Amino acid sequence: MKTRTRNAYLIPYVAWIVLFVVAPIVLIVYYSFQDIEGNWSLANYKHFFTPVYLNMTLSSFWYALLITLFSLLVAYPTAYLLTKAKHKRLWLLLIILPSWVNLLLKAYAFIGLFGTYGFANGFLEAMGLGRQQILFTDFSFVFVSVYIFIPFMLLPIFNALEEMNPSLIQASRDLGASAWTTFRRVVFPLTIDGVKSGCQAVFIPSLSLFMITRLIAGNRVITLGTAIEQHFLVTQDWGMGATIAVFLVLVMAVIMIVTGQRRKGARV
Amino acid sequence: MKQIVRLFASVIIAAFALMYLTSYLNSEQGYTGGNTLTIYNWGDYIDEELIAKFEEETGVKVIYQTFDSNEAMLTKIAQGGTTYDIAVPSDYAISKMREEDLLLPIDKSKIPNLQYIDPKFMNLSFDPDNEYSVPYFWGTVGIVFNPELVDGKTFESWEDLWSPDLRNDILLVDSAREVIGMGLNSLGYSLNDTNEDHLQEALKKLNQLTPNVKALVGDEIKMLLANEEAAVGLVWSGDAAEILDENDKLDFVVPKEGSNVWFDNMVIPKTANNLEAAHQFINFMLDPENAAQNAEYVGYATPNSEALKLLPEDISGDERFYPPSEVTDKLEVYDNLGKKMLAHYNELFLEFKMHSK
Repeated sequence: MKTRTRNAYLIPYVAWIVLFVVAPIVLIVYYSFQDIEGNWSLANYKHFFTPVYLNMTLSSFWYALLITLFSLLVAYPTAYLLTKAKHKRLWLLLIILPSWVNLLLKAYAFIGLFGTYGFANGFLEAMGLGRQQILFTDFSFVFVSVYIFIPFMLLPIFNALEEMNPSLIQASRDLGASAWTTFRRVVFPLTIDGVKSGCQAVFIPSLSLFMITRLIAGNRVITLGTAIEQHFLVTQDWGMGATIAVFLVLVMAVIMIVTGQRRKGARV
Repeated sequence: MKQIVRLFASVIIAAFALMYLTSYLNSEQGYTGGNTLTIYNWGDYIDEELIAKFEEETGVKVIYQTFDSNEAMLTKIAQGGTTYDIAVPSDYAISKMREEDLLLPIDKSKIPNLQYIDPKFMNLSFDPDNEYSVPYFWGTVGIVFNPELVDGKTFESWEDLWSPDLRNDILLVDSAREVIGMGLNSLGYSLNDTNEDHLQEALKKLNQLTPNVKALVGDEIKMLLANEEAAVGLVWSGDAAEILDENDKLDFVVPKEGSNVWFDNMVIPKTANNLEAAHQFINFMLDPENAAQNAEYVGYATPNSEALKLLPEDISGDERFYPPSEVTDKLEVYDNLGKKMLAHYNELFLEFKMHSK
């Protein structure tokens, strides 16, 4: 009786996994073995290993790495500060609030802010630095992406810091460790799981960013996501698009395994 | 639990209330029964007064819906579940829709006003003999530039874009056919060239343009050029007309080596319900007076030669948007190159985008 009710509870979960996780992956793999005319072939895979796509993969990784790194650099101190703050839930909410606004709206807002006659350039000019090109540069791309991904990095780190027992820090200080040593030897190792899941939550989606590459980077940054979008929507070469997607899935699996572990304190 | 039930219940009740309200409002305005005509057109691509006039003349109620890309329109019609009686796709999309059997043939006996269409816009490669489509508007691809920002430079030739003075000052439309086509045109090849050597040559040529390219963007290009974010842009003439409307300092030119000419044609999708009204509407829009009024409102070039005569001289005489025959002779329609070649064009385009400054 007991196992039967437990099995009944499993139904929604299994149905969800089969319909929305297993089935799409099977379909992607299926399409990746079809060339543009719908014949079975390995041509897409052969094609992936040409300079065009390898370069694209490399640049996707590079930008994803930058985005993750800067997100971490901003999010960790912020999370640390938040756990010390008086109204921490309120401050946290304020940081997460922008993620409720549609991504496209935010991107358009940044076009206005970063434009030649936008707010940012007005500020630079007032400072006597003159107008610079901000929009359509690597800087604006990384900046806007970091802005968008910060909540995903912040939350797991914040949770990990919250769960940490404060008496450990006191003990460390009592035993003569400096603030830096305490951070390095006690706080950081205890929150590493939060950092890892934060990095996963940022790195993996930023590998396949596409809308921002056009709106903010003016297509001067090309990621695998851009190529997938083009293959599915413009050329309708679903096979090639699916092949790139298969590579992304594989890469993500590898990242999950390498950084994966006892996922403690990794609630997003 | 109670709260959750209450939440769901209130959402469901609100949904039903809205559904009822919509059907009530529709019946109030006469959108019931068979005599409606559903039009699926680009945004802001018709003078709304003409819809009112059509409704008055025929008693047919018009439901007007809009799309913003051929691909979106194609997908929606292919999926089914829609009842569009009229759609307005561009040339290559028409050829695709024909291949996919999404169109109904047009009964020309019901469209006497077809006689007013300039024969040079009929019987084109995407729809031989105009079996499925009737011209609505046409236009070109060219260069919008800001004379103030380029100090008097002109753009008679595509080659002018490669000038070192324009460093980081050009916006391109994010579309493979237009950009690769520009590369091919600048070398004197056809837009529809499929010779691999020519394509590679065009790519090499385009890569040299990279230092001048500020960005490749979509519809935002109109806003960016009007705001003087860049001095020069590669755009469709229709967009150019809008940009010039916003900022009259800018100018538009079609380079002398030739360029693309595109058409938006009216078609009757397979999903149509009211064939009679669809034909009536097409005929109505081809009436010279109506076509002229529409062209004046929309700002694109009309294929209707009688309507052209009715337009004020400053519109019909504007050679930027109604180019003289020396220019139009050099313009080419995009052929449907087939999926494989299109994929190749897109890959070259990706390669061009990735070429770093």
